[in-house]
Amino acid sequence: MNLQAVRSIYTFEMARARRTLLQSVVSPVISTSLYFVVFGAAIGSRISHIEGISYGAFIVPGLIMLMLLTQSVSNASFAIFFPRFSGTIYELLSAPIAYYEIVIGYVGAAATKSIVLGLIILATAGFFVPLEIAHPLWMLAFLVLTAVTFSLLGFIIGIWADGFEKLQLVPLLIITPLTFLGGSFYSVDMLPPVWQTVTLFNPVVYLVSGFRWSFYGISDVSVTASLLMILVFLTLCLGLVAWIFKTGYRIKP
Amino acid sequence: MQPAIHVSNLSKTYDSGFQALKNIDLEVRRGEIFALLGPNGAGKTTLISIICGLVNPSEGTVLADGHDIVNDYRAAREKIGLVPQELTTDAFETVWATVSFSRGLFGKPANPAHIEKVLKDLALWDKRHNRLITLSGGMKRRVLIAKALSHEPQILFLDEPTAGVDVELRRDMWEVVRLLRESGVTIILTTHYIEEAEEMADRIGVISRGEIILVEDKAELMHKLGRKQLTLHLQYPLERIPATLGAHDLALAEDGTELTYTYDTQEERTGITGLLGDLNAAGIDFKDLHTRQSSLEEIFVNLVRERQ
Repeated sequence: MNLQAVRSIYTFEMARARRTLLQSVVSPVISTSLYFVVFGAAIGSRISHIEGISYGAFIVPGLIMLMLLTQSVSNASFAIFFPRFSGTIYELLSAPIAYYEIVIGYVGAAATKSIVLGLIILATAGFFVPLEIAHPLWMLAFLVLTAVTFSLLGFIIGIWADGFEKLQLVPLLIITPLTFLGGSFYSVDMLPPVWQTVTLFNPVVYLVSGFRWSFYGISDVSVTASLLMILVFLTLCLGLVAWIFKTGYRIKP
Repeated sequence: MQPAIHVSNLSKTYDSGFQALKNIDLEVRRGEIFALLGPNGAGKTTLISIICGLVNPSEGTVLADGHDIVNDYRAAREKIGLVPQELTTDAFETVWATVSFSRGLFGKPANPAHIEKVLKDLALWDKRHNRLITLSGGMKRRVLIAKALSHEPQILFLDEPTAGVDVELRRDMWEVVRLLRESGVTIILTTHYIEEAEEMADRIGVISRGEIILVEDKAELMHKLGRKQLTLHLQYPLERIPATLGAHDLALAEDGTELTYTYDTQEERTGITGLLGDLNAAGIDFKDLHTRQSSLEEIFVNLVRERQ
């Protein structure tokens, strides 16, 4: 394994994040804080506790998930789209490096960034609401698995996209709506019965529910189902990435 | 001795159905400068792209330093450095960072002394802290070369290295290439400037419409390319070439107003002085003259025609 190359890609990507600190860290933190102010303080004060948890605290896992998904996807998709767009990908293709090593470098960096961001948001949330984490190890496991899975999805989008519009399309039209409708800000129990059933087809529900369970021990769906869902997602993404490199789809004619 | 590059029966058909390469066989000797000449769209870049791993071959095999570029790609690619035709660089990285990144990508441990030497050789040392976006086109080209040399390759591909580069930089680059060759690096360059091939290459390959038409020593090919034509615009039309001029290789235009003399610049005597003397003696006046060298493009066309 060309560890040196993996390390080079990883540090290169992390350096890019440091250079764009304002947009990679500060802006997600600010927008999350806004959610706390609006939902937690303004609206939350009028909503009674949900399953014994104050509304402000209840939305913390959902908010972290929202940021985790969007940031993982946008980090990883941009990281691989840009070399394709500028043409510098020639160097990756001509280097003595295996495809899986390219993926580890880029996805690893993207996932690291969103995990760090998730933890920063968690710390920020601590300023607004009292936090308790019932299962810290599970919390970390969900955080890492979700970040890796969605960074892989971002990587796939970055390879599939042939322009900046498509790069924005999936995060904007699919991931954000699914997250908003995925129980980030409410419990599925609060929905009418029909919508409760429909919601179960939304994969993000399982992620948010599992993550929230790791905080408060409450969940909309069973924790096993949540974990399975993430693993199914992860497998799907890995399969797609493998297929992309096997066929050279959009990178190697 | 094992060749640096060994290409056998290589073909490439793109998904669009366009056949870019047709059964290419080619050997590049170790330590030589090999120039691949050909008109635009001839398949030069496709050939290089396959050898370097940017494009999948449809058929055939390529060995780089004895290593198969598909099955043993790690060993093969470690030996190869590529300077692409397009000026593709990151924008916000510094020169130092991007060149160091390239070295790491090729699996080599950091070696600041080597990077420093490469940057100094390419007159980039003063710019090492500059962001790439602030560099001129010529400087970016140097950065691409520095990136390709960062991992100390044994085989260097230069795809149109001097396209859009000013004269001074072109000379500098030729100098760098010569130094590399002296250090034992095999160099393959593509170009459509005959001057460049003439200046640099040991051997020349000509590619046209996806086929290698010839591979020859430079001296031999230059001899072929060296043919020139002298055209005389006559004061008064001639009906035929006078017998006294029969010794010269002359052709008369249909309307009799132009005489064309074909000669070889590589020979010691071009025969022009003798021709002009004989013309004078025959009382043939001319009002103008010009000489032209058959262009490389024309030679390609002729070569292709000969083959068909």
